[in-house]
Amino acid sequence: MKISTVARHVREGSRSLVRNGWMAFASISAVAIALFMVGAFVLLAANVNELAEQVESEVEVRVFLERSVDAAAVKELESRIASIPTVREVKFVSKEEALEDFIRKADPKNRGTLEELRSENPLPDSFVVRTADPRDVAGVVAALEAMNGERAPAPFEKISYAQGTVEKLVRITDTLRNVGLVVVVLLSFSAVFLISNTIQLTIFARQREIAIMRLVGATNGFIRGPFFFEGLLVGLIGSTATALVLLAGYAELVRQTELSLGLPMFRLIPVDDIGWKVAVLLVALGLFVGVWGSVMSIRKFLRV
Amino acid sequence: MHDVWKIYDNGSEALRGISVNIGANEFVYVVGPSGAGKSTFLKLIYREERPTKGQIFVNGFNLDKLKRRKVPYLRRSIGVVFQDFKLLPKLTAYENIAFAMEVVEAPRRLIRKRTMEVLELVGLADKKDRLPGQLSGGEQQRVAIARAIVNNPKIVVADEPTGNLDPETSWGIMKLLEEIHFRGATIIMATHNKEIVNRLRKRVIAIEGGRIVRDEPRGEYGYED
Repeated sequence: MKISTVARHVREGSRSLVRNGWMAFASISAVAIALFMVGAFVLLAANVNELAEQVESEVEVRVFLERSVDAAAVKELESRIASIPTVREVKFVSKEEALEDFIRKADPKNRGTLEELRSENPLPDSFVVRTADPRDVAGVVAALEAMNGERAPAPFEKISYAQGTVEKLVRITDTLRNVGLVVVVLLSFSAVFLISNTIQLTIFARQREIAIMRLVGATNGFIRGPFFFEGLLVGLIGSTATALVLLAGYAELVRQTELSLGLPMFRLIPVDDIGWKVAVLLVALGLFVGVWGSVMSIRKFLRV
Repeated sequence: MHDVWKIYDNGSEALRGISVNIGANEFVYVVGPSGAGKSTFLKLIYREERPTKGQIFVNGFNLDKLKRRKVPYLRRSIGVVFQDFKLLPKLTAYENIAFAMEVVEAPRRLIRKRTMEVLELVGLADKKDRLPGQLSGGEQQRVAIARAIVNNPKIVVADEPTGNLDPETSWGIMKLLEEIHFRGATIIMATHNKEIVNRLRKRVIAIEGGRIVRDEPRGEYGYED
């Protein structure tokens, strides 16, 4: 295809967009609304996913040691725990490290008070035991308890984990992910339908033009050209507008939650991390949907 | 055309065994009563319709074997003129003509040059910026003819080009078609205009009931309507 032809298609496509003002507006709104829902769902799903991963990675068994356990015994216990088949990782956390970590994670306001603890550390030594699969945690805990019972005095002061909650959460997040995916797909389809419907109306008005083009020997590709760019433009405008509104809204939401909740655990994914991904996704989807909707709807006018 | 039949989906038999040979640079009238199959005959030539049976060759294209995506290239070698002009109402006379060249992706400079040429030929150079609505019927038909010939087709197919025009205007159109014929094109024209056929003697093919009933070199119209 010649460059001048492409230029003509672009020109004709945008001209017809202007000429069919409110039709174009309808198409663009259809794209924008559908994509807004898609984008909102993507953001929701991403955050749910993030949360699920966070929670999953925190599934660990914390084994607190009695103060009487000495360094040699620590080594021995560590290797025995590591030999449990479902255990992926054992990490020894000394009480100094534990305090350090505690201070680091704490609210800056309280740090001063906590620094005073350094002279008399109340925290015990501990092991952090991780499994590959959160479902194995119960078994590992049983094994650890058995280990504890074998000895006198018992080396473990306490074995703590958060099993039931995790499973529930994972189930919920899985459902949400699937629902999100289905909704995204459905919304995309309805967007295509809406757009091809609105564009079909504009094409209907131009049937005569298409008939004449065919009569004077225009190829189907040539006839399709302007509609292709019209669809592209509809998709581009609709998706760009949506991306801007959605991300501005999301940024505000992130700011508000940080202010009002202030919880380090439930942090929304920052706009800087996810914003451009969502924007790219929306624009790509918009272009695809716009072009598809418009090209699909002229197909039947091109039957020879 | 060899033994061409056309039966529409609704069962009506428009053409029943047409065999005819039209040579290069001929001028042919196709006459016959309404519904005899004249329009179908013309539509088969530019492949608006496909025959139910039989073979058609046009400008070296075997229409039976012609692939769908090659049809545009056949159409470019045929100019078509209609009774109702079929102009685009929102484009000026000039744009309507240039449109046919844009569609075949001609270079811009050539489009400008050639469009002005045919506007001169049909005598509308001074009205090139008018919209079809601002032109008379005869002028609109001239624009349509200009559009039909702007790509230098070998064949011009005209379906009752004078059907909507008064006698005087019709003669103007006929002069134009003769001029185009003189410049080398084959003209195939369906008509009901007795006066034109009888005065401007050409080959006449008469179709009745889907069959060719008469084919005379310098024939008469032969009907009393």
